[in-house]
Amino acid sequence: MINTKENIRSLLRQVCDPEIPVLTIMDLGIVREIICTNDDAVEIIITPTYSGCPAMDAIAFDIKMKLMEAGFKQVKITYTLTPAWTTDWMSEEGKNKLKKYGIAPPQNISSRLNKLLFEEEKNIECPQCHSTNTKLLSQFGSTACKALYQCMDCKEPFDYFKCH
Amino acid sequence: MKTNQPINQSTGSPITLLTNQLINQTLHLADTALILGQRNGEWCAHGPILEQDIAITNITLDLIGQARNFYQYAATLINASENKNETEDSLAYLRNEREFKNLLICELPNGDWAQTVLRQFLFSAYQELVLEKLKNSSNEQLAAIAAKSLKETQYHVKWSSEWVIRLGDGTTESRDRMIKAIDTLWMYTGEFFIPANYELTEVHLLKETWFQKVRSIFEEATLAVPENTFMQSGGKSGIHSEHLGFILAEMQILQRTYPGAEW
Ligand SMILES: [Zn+2]
Repeated sequence: MINTKENIRSLLRQVCDPEIPVLTIMDLGIVREIICTNDDAVEIIITPTYSGCPAMDAIAFDIKMKLMEAGFKQVKITYTLTPAWTTDWMSEEGKNKLKKYGIAPPQNISSRLNKLLFEEEKNIECPQCHSTNTKLLSQFGSTACKALYQCMDCKEPFDYFKCH
Repeated sequence: MKTNQPINQSTGSPITLLTNQLINQTLHLADTALILGQRNGEWCAHGPILEQDIAITNITLDLIGQARNFYQYAATLINASENKNETEDSLAYLRNEREFKNLLICELPNGDWAQTVLRQFLFSAYQELVLEKLKNSSNEQLAAIAAKSLKETQYHVKWSSEWVIRLGDGTTESRDRMIKAIDTLWMYTGEFFIPANYELTEVHLLKETWFQKVRSIFEEATLAVPENTFMQSGGKSGIHSEHLGFILAEMQILQRTYPGAEW
């Protein structure tokens, strides 16, 4: 077996987020470090997107399974919280995949949560018709990491992956 | 050796006061997030409308996630200093009422929607200040958990502020309910700023900033800030209202009946 980091990386690119299955964990940017401890032993350091993200345990399990299928005997998953994950770590490819999947991708950190009350993140593009004439329905959508928006042109409601 | 120093039962060596303080501080943060999460979770499938049902339960998820991070760290500290085998689960499910260090306001019943959103606002506005301080703590792990949690709490503050304004400056009924909620909850805010002997953050210094924030939201909601009223305290040191026992009974019964049960 060719036990290189690039090999491991390509395996990790096959592990998907259980809640947004079009995104791999590499697209999400949650893999912090890959440490080859031995020929058939590896440690993967990941960071959670949100404190209460229920997908983290499933992701850790999926990483283990994927690497063990590829012949690794020992797979250790370590969680780290520093530096804290932000949506800026999501790859451009990941953002494009999200959009095609019908979820508006996070805007850049400069547009991050403005603390003015009743103010919404503006110009969120509708993933259906690309109009930016959209409005916030709820700050909390189908999962903690998403907000619920509606397009005022095509009238479709859609999820927006919030900036964090 | 000082005689008043706690002794590690298994190794006989003293647990340093500093470690003890750090463990209690971490448990206080964990318990507070867990108990409020447990309370808010009661709204699941009972919210006034679907979007808000989802909002309050997502806030719950954030709080439980924060609690898990704090408990995991507390377990690491305890196991390293006392040669025990604590886990996030044992700390949440197997400690008794007197060992819980959560703020009293978190254990109070939800009441109506006004009381629930007001509590979230009073608490989150406070938690945001505490986390901002902890984020700069010299303790790397607490700083990391705080930095992560802070981003979530900022959303909670915004969401709950908007609800306080919407109800306070809303209909006669929503306003009446908000005033009643203030009457019920205000006396539990004094405890925020009374430092417990284990607290690393100088919480008494946060009072003015918190008060200004609350006053500005109340003003926008056309609500009056209560004048000097009697304040309850005790939660930080394990002295609780009658409500905590019921929460723990419900939350812990499974693990106490079937120890080690897993999904
Ligand atoms: Zn549209």
